[in-house]
Amino acid sequence: MKQFIIGLFLFIGINTFAQNEKFQAAMGGTLKQLGEAKDASSFAEVAAKFERIGDAEKTQWLPFYYAALTKARMSMQRMGDQDQLADEAQVLIDKAKAIEKNSEINCVESMIATSKMLVDPQSRWMQYGQASMQFLEDAKKADATNPRPYALQSISLKNTPEAFGGGCGVAKPVADKALELFKTFKPASALHPNWGNEIAQSVIDGCK
Amino acid sequence: MKQVGLFLLLIVLSATGVYSQIKISGIIKDTRGRNVDAVSITLMGTYDGTISDSTGHFSFKTFEKGNFILEAKVLGYKTVEHPITINTNAIEINFSIKEEVTELKAVSVTAGSFEAGDKKRAATVLSSLDIYTTGGANADITATVKTLPGAQQVGEQEGLFVRGGAGYETKQFIDGTLVNNPYYSSIPDIASRGRFAPSLFKGTVFSTGGYSALYGQALSSALILESIDLPERSEAQASLSPIFTGAGLMQFAKNKKSSWGINYGYTNLSFYFNIVKQKPDYFIMPEYHSGDANFRIKTKNGGIIKYYTTFSYGVAGLRQPNIDSSILKNAFSLKNTNWYNNLSWKENLGNGWKMNMGLSYSTNIDNYDQQIQNQNNQPVYTGKIYIDSLNFTLNNIQNLSQIRTVFEKRIAGISTLRFGGEYMYAYNSSKFSNPNFSYDGLLKDNFTSLFGEADMYITNGLAVKTGLRFENSSLINKTNIAPRISLAYKTGKDAQMSFAYGIFYQKPENTYLQTTTNLGYTKATHYILNYQKMNKFYTFRVEAFYKKYDDLVKTYPLYNNDGIGDAKGFELFWRDKKTIEGFDYWISYSYLDTKRNYLYYPMQLQPTFAANHTVSVVTKKFVTSIKTGFNFTYSFATGRPYYYMVPNGNKYDIKDQGTTIPYNNLGFSLNYVPSVGKTNPKTFWVIVASVTNMLNSDQVFGYNYSHDGSIKQPITMPAPRFYFLGIFLSWGVDKTQDAINNNL
Repeated sequence: MKQFIIGLFLFIGINTFAQNEKFQAAMGGTLKQLGEAKDASSFAEVAAKFERIGDAEKTQWLPFYYAALTKARMSMQRMGDQDQLADEAQVLIDKAKAIEKNSEINCVESMIATSKMLVDPQSRWMQYGQASMQFLEDAKKADATNPRPYALQSISLKNTPEAFGGGCGVAKPVADKALELFKTFKPASALHPNWGNEIAQSVIDGCK
Repeated sequence: MKQVGLFLLLIVLSATGVYSQIKISGIIKDTRGRNVDAVSITLMGTYDGTISDSTGHFSFKTFEKGNFILEAKVLGYKTVEHPITINTNAIEINFSIKEEVTELKAVSVTAGSFEAGDKKRAATVLSSLDIYTTGGANADITATVKTLPGAQQVGEQEGLFVRGGAGYETKQFIDGTLVNNPYYSSIPDIASRGRFAPSLFKGTVFSTGGYSALYGQALSSALILESIDLPERSEAQASLSPIFTGAGLMQFAKNKKSSWGINYGYTNLSFYFNIVKQKPDYFIMPEYHSGDANFRIKTKNGGIIKYYTTFSYGVAGLRQPNIDSSILKNAFSLKNTNWYNNLSWKENLGNGWKMNMGLSYSTNIDNYDQQIQNQNNQPVYTGKIYIDSLNFTLNNIQNLSQIRTVFEKRIAGISTLRFGGEYMYAYNSSKFSNPNFSYDGLLKDNFTSLFGEADMYITNGLAVKTGLRFENSSLINKTNIAPRISLAYKTGKDAQMSFAYGIFYQKPENTYLQTTTNLGYTKATHYILNYQKMNKFYTFRVEAFYKKYDDLVKTYPLYNNDGIGDAKGFELFWRDKKTIEGFDYWISYSYLDTKRNYLYYPMQLQPTFAANHTVSVVTKKFVTSIKTGFNFTYSFATGRPYYYMVPNGNKYDIKDQGTTIPYNNLGFSLNYVPSVGKTNPKTFWVIVASVTNMLNSDQVFGYNYSHDGSIKQPITMPAPRFYFLGIFLSWGVDKTQDAINNNL
């Protein structure tokens, strides 16, 4: 009987371990798929997969975060209706936010606002441009060691005309700051966000 | 050991289960049988699923066994769930998904109306920024609206002359209530500006006909203005120009629930008129004081209470040569006091119910005076009645009190029912006297209306709006019932057709009611067909209309409602914000064919305010490197008819008639915005320079005839051009306060 109870515990242990392993494996696999995604349909597939994982898990913010990040990138790269993709990303990031509020989520919120702004910069600057910058400030405040808000800020400054307070002159120091933070930044796990170095690097390279 | 064996068996069992995958596949169609792509398929509670491909097919494999729910989800459609049992066989399952009727996707009736402002729809036709940056419009709402199709280029009097309608056939509404005196008081042959600044409004709907049953008493057109809600921040403002100075304060409460603001402005044209010579001789330089105040409070349930009041006092006096005598002048002067109040309350009542209540009170006092003067500016009497009778005084008092309530209820999806009523009390007193005649009239009207309207969205692609309006005026003691119907049908991506029909009634103008109140409503019936293709960057629309006028007021030989007329035509509009980076332009063209027999006209004639062809081209280019916007507006209209008529027996005879020269106007404005793009600038300032009629084109709006008809004088602008130069500053109060505090 004792052995049976031990066995049962072991079984439950293995099962929960299996559940966690399943999550790790599914997330890892989908992240790999994200890295390899090229076109709209493969990105959409990845976003849907992250969303399914998030819906099944219910308490993990990472799947919704990645689903939103993927949709935000699709929106920015105009892989479909820019406005609609940004709206879809917003729904997903709101789900992530309901589970946990953090600096990384602020970064995605900023990207969504930037994409919305880019649809019609002249008339949307006031609303979305300002919101995007505010999210980056929130992200910095929530985690001063996170390099991503600096990386995102550097690229948007680089893409803003000098007359509007952008340009390489102001973008470069921000990119330098991002690269400096990337040197010491350690993601909490292999599944946690660890992207953006190449963005800051592209700003440095593009501003030579 | 036995137990361990059982445990191992369990593991083996679950392991074998894991390694037999089952395929689930199918196809997704919408209710019209079209394949839908990018639909997310999820085996609920698991990670398994896929998205549908471009042909609507989906297919995935799962290790799971047992009873599950398979979900098909995509934005814009209702989510569908199917229970499935996964055993050992492949499953094929097809979904039929239904498009959701949403405000963003659903068609809206566009026949007859130009919607502008920050409505949820991504694309707008005109925003308040557009009004500020329309070259030559000098930040006047009416002047900008005149560049849209349907409106005439009438330069000698204020008002919007729409599709063969007179200026008084267009009414303005702020937050639902009628505005009695939307323009500064008129001076003969000169158009006045609108009283209200474009920045007061977040939304503008310019209806050129077929408008909603919620509004009435406008035969031709309604300009529906919706005031802004809470401001974005607290700020102080100042403006400085050779003709105008002003200052204001806007305070936004810390809890972001309320705000208040005050403004004062002073206008004096004497400096400007000394530099830019005017045709009339101004003996009282136009001078205005104006002040306004507002508060806005958000309520608990997401409603808002808004109050706006504006007060102005102005004087002007000018001498123009008398047409009948080369040695005499008409010295005309005007004193105006106007006070306008508007209180509105929007509230969510729960259960899909909303309420919109509006209260407004306005009073307008005009004191006009005209003297015949000699070359030394002394009053003279000639003994000739037709000259001496031009010595007159006229004192008008117009008061209007209104209350209006509209209830709104969501029924089934986004279909909406609206109904309500309004009551207006109008008090109009008019005292006129000249050497031969005097008049002291008082008109009081208790005006009631009841109205209802239903917006029915049958699908995203088909919407119908039906409405009914009932009105009663105690002054003319008449009642009317006006039906309205319009529908919109989606014909393709971003494209739709709409049709509108409606009957519109309007009380005769007070000028005629002062002679007799034994008149009925004037009536117009509108038929409008519209095609529109619009996305974020382009708008293309074409509209055809037919408008039938009945029961227009005749004043000769008798006062009655025997006047008739009609108007027909078509209009084109094209706006493009995208093709050339940073360059925004629109083109409007209107063709109008109209005739009417009203007032003293002896037969059906094309009225003097109607041109057959009107074109406007508006361009805006902002050059970011120099932070400057360059805006040009070119307007053209073919000549308008003019008549010289004299009474002969029981009708007027046309003694002379003709067509004026075509109208040309090239307006330009430049905005220099040094703080553009700066994040949270402390001082935000704009320099505006503008000029109308750059090409110095001759503009003739008609002719005045001498008493015997031997002399005809063109009606022209008081000066060929109007120049403006001003600087507008604003400071974010909160930020300034922070800066001060941080430095202490």
